[in-house]
Amino acid sequence: MRFGVVVFPGSNCDHDTYHVLKKVLGAEVFYIWHKETSLRLFDAIILPGGFSYGDYLRVGAVARFSPVMKEVVKYAKEGGPVLGICNGFQILLETGLLPGALIANDGLRFLCQDVYLKVKNSGTVFTNAYEKDRVLKMPIAHYSGNYFADDDILKRLHDEDRIAFQYCNADGDLSDQINPNGSKHGIAGIFNENKNVLGMMPHPERAAEKILSSEDGLGIFKSLLERN
Amino acid sequence: MTKIQEPEVTLDLATQHGLNEEEWERIIDILGHKPNYTELGIFSVMWSEHCSYKNSIAMLKTLPRTGKKLLVGAGEENAGLVDIGDGLAIAFKIESHNHPSAIEPFQGAATGVGGILRDIFTMGARPIASLNSLRFGPLSVPRNRYLFDEVVKGIAHYGNCMGVPTVAGEVYFDECYTGNPLVNAMTIGIVKHDRVVSAVSKGAGNTVMIVGSSTGRDGIHGATFASVELSEESEEKRSSVQVGDPFTEKLLLEATLELARKNYLIGIQDMGAAGIACSTSEMSAKGNSGMILNLSKVPTREPGMNPYEIMLSESQERMLVVIRRGFEKEVKTIFKKWDLNCVEVGKVTDTSDLELFLNGKKTGSIPAWHLVLGGGAPVYQRETKEPAYLKELHSKNLKDIPEPEDYNDALLKIIASPTIADKSWIFHQYDYTVRTNTIIPPGGSAAVIRIKRTNKGIAVKTDGNARYTYLNPYRGGAIAVAESARNVVCTGAKPIAITNCLNFGNPYDPEIYYQFKQAVLGMGDACRTFNTPVTGGNVSFYNESPNGAIYPTPVVGMVGLIENLTHVTTSYFKKDGDFIIMLGTIKGELGGSEYLKVIHNFVAGDAPTIDLPFEKRVHNACLEAIRKGIVNSATDISDGGLAVALAESCISNPENPIGASVFISRKLRDDEIFFGETQSVIIISIPENHLLDIERIAAKNIVPCFTIGRVKDNGRLKLNNSIDISIDEIKTAYTSSIPNMMKLNC
Repeated sequence: MRFGVVVFPGSNCDHDTYHVLKKVLGAEVFYIWHKETSLRLFDAIILPGGFSYGDYLRVGAVARFSPVMKEVVKYAKEGGPVLGICNGFQILLETGLLPGALIANDGLRFLCQDVYLKVKNSGTVFTNAYEKDRVLKMPIAHYSGNYFADDDILKRLHDEDRIAFQYCNADGDLSDQINPNGSKHGIAGIFNENKNVLGMMPHPERAAEKILSSEDGLGIFKSLLERN
Repeated sequence: MTKIQEPEVTLDLATQHGLNEEEWERIIDILGHKPNYTELGIFSVMWSEHCSYKNSIAMLKTLPRTGKKLLVGAGEENAGLVDIGDGLAIAFKIESHNHPSAIEPFQGAATGVGGILRDIFTMGARPIASLNSLRFGPLSVPRNRYLFDEVVKGIAHYGNCMGVPTVAGEVYFDECYTGNPLVNAMTIGIVKHDRVVSAVSKGAGNTVMIVGSSTGRDGIHGATFASVELSEESEEKRSSVQVGDPFTEKLLLEATLELARKNYLIGIQDMGAAGIACSTSEMSAKGNSGMILNLSKVPTREPGMNPYEIMLSESQERMLVVIRRGFEKEVKTIFKKWDLNCVEVGKVTDTSDLELFLNGKKTGSIPAWHLVLGGGAPVYQRETKEPAYLKELHSKNLKDIPEPEDYNDALLKIIASPTIADKSWIFHQYDYTVRTNTIIPPGGSAAVIRIKRTNKGIAVKTDGNARYTYLNPYRGGAIAVAESARNVVCTGAKPIAITNCLNFGNPYDPEIYYQFKQAVLGMGDACRTFNTPVTGGNVSFYNESPNGAIYPTPVVGMVGLIENLTHVTTSYFKKDGDFIIMLGTIKGELGGSEYLKVIHNFVAGDAPTIDLPFEKRVHNACLEAIRKGIVNSATDISDGGLAVALAESCISNPENPIGASVFISRKLRDDEIFFGETQSVIIISIPENHLLDIERIAAKNIVPCFTIGRVKDNGRLKLNNSIDISIDEIKTAYTSSIPNMMKLNC
């Protein structure tokens, strides 16, 4: 199982993601420079968090034009697993691999805090290490994490079991009060139709060691690892 | 572009540049002729207070600046460098960006963060954490809310984009900062010993390059602007404030760290205040060499920039790089990868002169050594006079004030005072979890950052109670060091070194200079006692608005080392039945307390006393107990006194807030016991079976140790017979205060 972590100019969670895969899980992992045009060697691709190209324009809008992204789209369409975390999720939306958009948080402020997530679908390559409805604790850190989609898309996401995670409280209850950023239906992460692409705003790589207050994020990487 | 006619250089023009007549004569003496316009500009910024430290350096030299663990002396490089073992060192420094933030708070604060980050990675160190120390006027004033809001956003904007976690700091609100807020930013970086980069230029024939952003007309005379008081006209100087681009800086960071590994690199310096003028002259002076600069080669943002503008521009995200001749292509490859400018602009020479050329024509020449601090820049000893207000404030009889009728109510008011209240509103806007090292996040005694590939961590904190320094400058300086040391001790760290940011009024006022001098003496004595040398820092004078000078505000950035991560200790109570122990003793000192300010609405009395050797013994006792593994929580008494320390210990547990019952009998009034801000006191909680251990440890260190109560899982804080209040009520008052203020329209 060989992981590739894409590095865009302005990525800043690339080291953290690499650290978890390499040091915590002992997996094989390489950085992929954004000008790279071949992904054949990799078994899973991760688009890490950060501020690609400064995100001075709409978030992720410039990164999608990086040479590597053409390949990522191809890779995903051929069924390769692609995980986008935070800015990576934003980029995946810009490429059209995932539906909807991420707009500014309701409070119009950057928001860094621990949140609780409910696992809505545990039958995917990203989530099969979890049980359904398990509550996970991990941090968010974003300005544009407010997931928006029209009712048709939201209905499809529900019907097709494509909602990966929803914000909840420590007991797993969903409500508007605990929704940190205003996301529609408290959505924190979604899959594509074939469930080989996952985009999520919370940072599983920041919740992967006991000393960092939560190991709940490890399951995502373990799910991928155990896939082969 | 039309070429701007250079003005005739006269004493008058020099005065407008902030130079005095004596300095003007000296410049003529050094050059052997009258300076031209460019030369005058360079002298004026390099000899400004901001770059030359001319009114502070003599005092700064009295601070302890050496130690076994210091790898470079204070002021020798862009930041201090301290050995933490395992072949690793940490680089750290604090710097002010007060004046820019007063007039353009978002960009002022953002570029303050950008500047200090550059200071760290210029040394080859990867930034791993940032802190900030902020001061504003009261939030009841709309302009203060605007400044506060924008400064926090600016810090978040820059730090978050850089991917450097902002993990700790402090904020005070007081009338004296209305019109002159303080924004001090600190960054800590980590570097292997053999990868440390020096800010030096040497070796005749070697190549000088500029990397990073293009040079624009922004920020010209920022350093000079920072060296005068703020006035009603300051708003017009908005253009002196630079605009930050954290994305470019992130690229510059990665490219610089790649370059730092190469053995053909001679030196790097970032361009902060006074831009190219400062970096070229300081690097040359340090290497006893000269430099020829071809200004036509400098990438500029607009055509027609003259040498004066190019040399003085403070455009952000630029560095000066000196490499061995012949490796230009290699350097360009690195910077091209990151899509950054990288241009040869000159050569190192074996003269000692900075020689400037534009289109082949010489436009200036100055001996570099004469421009710089530690070289020919002026050094002044200023006159001091004990401020008249001191006697009057000290003589106020604090025994006459009425006790609060309702202590519950008094505690709620104090805990809701924005200076004391929960700062989540601020730090949730900062990314404090990126880099996955943050073990104790913002809100504790100090932040703790683990060092990957080791079992070590560092604890970091800024502190500086300006009210104490106002009431007693010597003690205020000493307490700033003591409190920051105490805070890192409470997390299980041994204090190892400090950086300081000294924010004061106009140094030409003898009463202000008295405050400065005494505060520095106090800091020096404290640093010697704790064996925490000063690795560098920053002085910011002229913090005055039309309302007068700010309180003297020395801020200490303390770094502590945790040798074993199992020692990391948090500040909040954890287990029902734990014994609450006080190490040290309370004296009921109310002078300068938050209680007097919030409940009685005045600032008077003397600052709390401080016995430095005793303070050190309290630290030792606390650390010994933590290392023995018997301490479940540790926090110190500081702003707001014992009652606030206990209340915070009850409500700060993120998962499970818990109550406490405390009884203290002293020949003191309850308000003195609860709200006095006695120094050198640490409150710990321990399991019952370790009572004997803590008594032994305390006795061994000659520190008083009292059991004052127990942790109780009953949701209430009880203190003597005067306070009995639900912790939910405390928590609501504590957490809602700042968010509620900020909901008011700006």
